[in-house]
Amino acid sequence: MPEIRVSQPPTQSPPKVSVSERAAEPQKEISAVRQFLNTRGNSAFADRAFRSLMVLCALSIFGIVLLILSELILRSGHAWHQFGLKFFFQTPGHDRYSGEPTFWDPVNGSFSALPFVYGTLVSSFLSLLISVPLAVGLAIFLTEMCPRVLRGPLAFITELLAAIPSIIYGLWAVFVLVPLLREHVNPLLVKYLGWTGLFAADNPTGLGYVAAAVILAIMILPIISSLTREVMTAVPHSQREAVLALGATRWEMIRMGVLRNARIGIVGAVILGLGRALGETMAVTMVIGNTPQISKSLLANGSSMASVIANEFAEAVSDLHRSSLIEIGLALFIVTIIVNALARLLVWMVTRGAPARAH
Amino acid sequence: MAASANSFRSKYRAASDHFVTGLAILATVLVVVPLVAIFVYLLLKGASSLNLDFFLKNPVPEGESGGGMANAIVGSGVLLGIASLIGVPIGIGAGIYLAEFGRGTRLANAVRFTADVLNGVPSIVMGLAAYSLIVIPQQHFSALSGGVALGIMMIPTVARTTEEMLLMVPNMIREAALGLGLSNWQSVLSITVKTASPGIITGCMLAFARVAGETAPLIFTALGNAFYSTNPNRPIEALPLQIWVYATGPYEDQHRLAWAGALVLIVLIVLAVSLVRYVTSRGVLKGAS
Repeated sequence: MPEIRVSQPPTQSPPKVSVSERAAEPQKEISAVRQFLNTRGNSAFADRAFRSLMVLCALSIFGIVLLILSELILRSGHAWHQFGLKFFFQTPGHDRYSGEPTFWDPVNGSFSALPFVYGTLVSSFLSLLISVPLAVGLAIFLTEMCPRVLRGPLAFITELLAAIPSIIYGLWAVFVLVPLLREHVNPLLVKYLGWTGLFAADNPTGLGYVAAAVILAIMILPIISSLTREVMTAVPHSQREAVLALGATRWEMIRMGVLRNARIGIVGAVILGLGRALGETMAVTMVIGNTPQISKSLLANGSSMASVIANEFAEAVSDLHRSSLIEIGLALFIVTIIVNALARLLVWMVTRGAPARAH
Repeated sequence: MAASANSFRSKYRAASDHFVTGLAILATVLVVVPLVAIFVYLLLKGASSLNLDFFLKNPVPEGESGGGMANAIVGSGVLLGIASLIGVPIGIGAGIYLAEFGRGTRLANAVRFTADVLNGVPSIVMGLAAYSLIVIPQQHFSALSGGVALGIMMIPTVARTTEEMLLMVPNMIREAALGLGLSNWQSVLSITVKTASPGIITGCMLAFARVAGETAPLIFTALGNAFYSTNPNRPIEALPLQIWVYATGPYEDQHRLAWAGALVLIVLIVLAVSLVRYVTSRGVLKGAS
């Protein structure tokens, strides 16, 4: 096309052509640039379509949350109408012969989530008790004390362990951790801490709340530690230098310069770990013992919200049973959403000023 | 007197400094040694249980020795295929929106926040959602419902890693593309996304590896199947489901298969995580800047 343009005599300039002539043959007067652009197609439509497609993808994330929520509310309606809010607080009945409270009786259709809520809370908080000091210690070591050579591999290992599926932790727990607790740790707990009443020697299996808490602690440790590390790295260097310049030792520098600035984010990291512990399913299901009861002894068999769903849902005996399990799932969903949102907000409050950083 | 108090004070401070350093090192050792021990134990136990039959043979009836997990491996493949069909396009789309169109807007912040929160929702809840969405209307368990549950779980991870990788692409490249007269969508797809594609692909692999080990959402969607099946409309076996059944069963031979299955999953995870680490830290993207 350009050659034709060049061969045309330059005398055909616009001033010579009258207005009426131009209107008569509009096609011949399109400039080279316009013609080139026309061959490229009109981008206005394609741009807008592409953009709205991407926005749609982004909005689908909201859609998923709403969809899960509405489905769970819809399918748990039966249990909700039957039991109401008492589902989470009350014991529905007593055993006809022994007189012991029965929480979960699929055969007679009486359901209460109380033992599962109890089991979830006990195992989660116990696991935080074990993992938080270790995780914060590890994060302090990695950010403030560690030689540069070790930092990369240690960070890599923690990252790797956060990605290992819970079924594998469960497998390890069943074949290594539980026998270890049964043979060596639980007898010691009973012997030295039995007087508190929290460690009774009536469970010979080694399963129970303690086993669940230990495996949970191992699983959430990498998560808490890596987030704590992220928050601590986000504390500006000037803070550390200022404290050191006042003559502080390294620990005083960490305490006053780093931990004090990062504490909100560390709380966020711990809460995020709590969120993971609350919803963790497979590893807990494999070691908690799966008995719907409330016991004071931490060595007794228990059951958690997630574990009862995993164990019973596929073989639920009645509509009410299934509906009750879905209501437990709904509670788990709402609680973890709130816990996670809170944790993200806290972490974000600390790290928002810091520049984006690759892992 | 004052001098001795001072020296006591400084000694106390130095001692507490050493004490805390010791504590931090102790915590690190207490964390790292058991974790590494778990890892090595899994590798050794898995390696001693793995053989060619594992990949080629279907399970044998309980109590008999031999057999493998061929049906579970194929089943996991089918499930992950369905999951990727759902999770990868939507996730990448959301990531492109976050990095290219919505930067700094309130909507993008809300999407990012929701994605992070969705990432923390227990996987068993995803299973319940897929159950009530697909299994109840269809009246039967199916590979499709399991794949949907896994696909939903992939979306937040893929979206966030895609966003992170796109943000690493320098702005100059976008400006150059627009300056050459490319329209916006062409510049995004054929320049920005293409530059970041090694990172995006590894991000997808990471999400893939994560959901490959998920068991909880499959228990009452894919259900499990003792036979070889690739039909998305029927129940299907998956590797983690099989590991769960075998680990909780009483047979020594099944325990061996469970360890071998665990090793396969771990190798997948290690590959994905190291790839992501390689791409983000060694700067495969740096060639662009």
